Amino acid sequence: MVWQPSASLTVIKQRARIYRQIRAFFDVRSCFEVDTALLSPTTNTDANIESIKASNLGQTLYLQTSPEFAMKRLLAAGSGSIYQICHAFREGEKGRRHNPEFTLLEWYRVGFDYQQLMDEIECLIDDISGEPNQYQRISYRQLVLEHINVDIDTIKLFALRQRVDQFVPGTLSSELDVDQCLDLLISLAIAPKIKGYVFVYDYPISQASLARVKASDTSVAERFELFYDGLELANGFSELCDSPQQRNRFDSDNNRRLTLGLDPYPPDELLLSALDSGLPECAGVAIGLDRLLMVLLEKNSIDQVLSFVE
Amino acid sequence: MPFSFKNMSELNIMASYNTSEFRSGLKIMVDGDPCSIIENEFVKPGKGQAFSRVKIRNLKNGRVLDKTFKSGETMDAADVIDIEMQYLYNDGEFFHFMVPEDYEQHAADENAVGDCRLWLKAQDIYEVTLYNGTPIGVAPPNFVELEVTETDPGLKGDTAQGGTKPATLETGAIVKVPLFIEIGEVLRIDTRSSDYMSRVKK
Repeated sequence: MVWQPSASLTVIKQRARIYRQIRAFFDVRSCFEVDTALLSPTTNTDANIESIKASNLGQTLYLQTSPEFAMKRLLAAGSGSIYQICHAFREGEKGRRHNPEFTLLEWYRVGFDYQQLMDEIECLIDDISGEPNQYQRISYRQLVLEHINVDIDTIKLFALRQRVDQFVPGTLSSELDVDQCLDLLISLAIAPKIKGYVFVYDYPISQASLARVKASDTSVAERFELFYDGLELANGFSELCDSPQQRNRFDSDNNRRLTLGLDPYPPDELLLSALDSGLPECAGVAIGLDRLLMVLLEKNSIDQVLSFVE
Repeated sequence: MPFSFKNMSELNIMASYNTSEFRSGLKIMVDGDPCSIIENEFVKPGKGQAFSRVKIRNLKNGRVLDKTFKSGETMDAADVIDIEMQYLYNDGEFFHFMVPEDYEQHAADENAVGDCRLWLKAQDIYEVTLYNGTPIGVAPPNFVELEVTETDPGLKGDTAQGGTKPATLETGAIVKVPLFIEIGEVLRIDTRSSDYMSRVKK
């Protein structure tokens, strides 16, 4: 065990510089910084994200997996565009690119859709890196088609499993469903071939998360992710503002949790009430700030950009 | 009978490991064979399924392969243990080893000994891998000291030139040695590369 920091002091200072640049970037764009609670009595229902529990005077609280619900309540209360730099927590996520406690830069732009938000992300990264970068945009369907010759609109599960056997040998593909096959293929067969900054947008509706359904094509959601050389950096949406639809998504998340043998979580009624009262049309994104630092400072392990890793 | 953990199956313990416990060196059963984890990578899209992508070595045949497990899956522990043993002798079929502490003997076949047979010298200590109590692998120390039994005559005084010649050692191994080496000399050899390191003063 060593008491010294995990990241070098140079990196720790570079992080401080980048935070200043981010704050300056939003200051001139009338997007103000907020600070919401890390502990909440309710949590994310996403079946692929586990919350870390805490307790206070016998009450179970959860460390946030993202500040999304709290920030949406601010938006519903009329805050206008807001951003936050905060820590988020996800149980069991530990690896070269993961740490159970990590840093998010999350922001919401009132009146933007997801494509406009992607434009702004490009400006932010260019601003921080001090030079213009090349960015590409490709739909999820096109990405999968180009790399592994699968058309997600028509492919059947057995054929998708064959692709898993072909591209990720050594996997018990018979135990994977459609989205698990796609997650694995994206992570190990497709992402490693992505070069430079690439936005992937229009995710299949089964992976909509909290994105609104695309009006012109209801098989996809207005969700995007940003990759750099295969490293997932950001996830964003044109936000779902519809309260009944949001409740349905909580319910289907919980059904999936039950199928997987996980405890369901009660839906966040405060978020639903906020949506009922009216969330303005907006787009939001969370950038994994530690990962962005890894890219900008050319580090290949998240431990090299975190002050301390337990 | 002293209590021993050498053979877990005798105690009817079936340990298992969750993917979150995976780390290099861990011994697990994969497709019926004992395997050692070489590398473990946590793979997870932000909002997607988590996986463990592992590189493993099959301890029976030495083959290296990739495997993917969904996070949260468990794998049975392999009843595999590495024990330092003294090499005794070869009876023509089996190679016999002994645990110095309790004199317990184990017979390893040719498959288990593999390439290590070229470095086997009676009385020396080797790392023997037992699976369910039976040797499946033998590893030599990084350095061994062995006598030259056969080589061309040495060139006197030639201690600086770069030339080499083959020399046969007492175990049958053939290594490249400097020209000045003579039959009967004891040499220090790196078993990982089969490189000559130095002469050993007797």
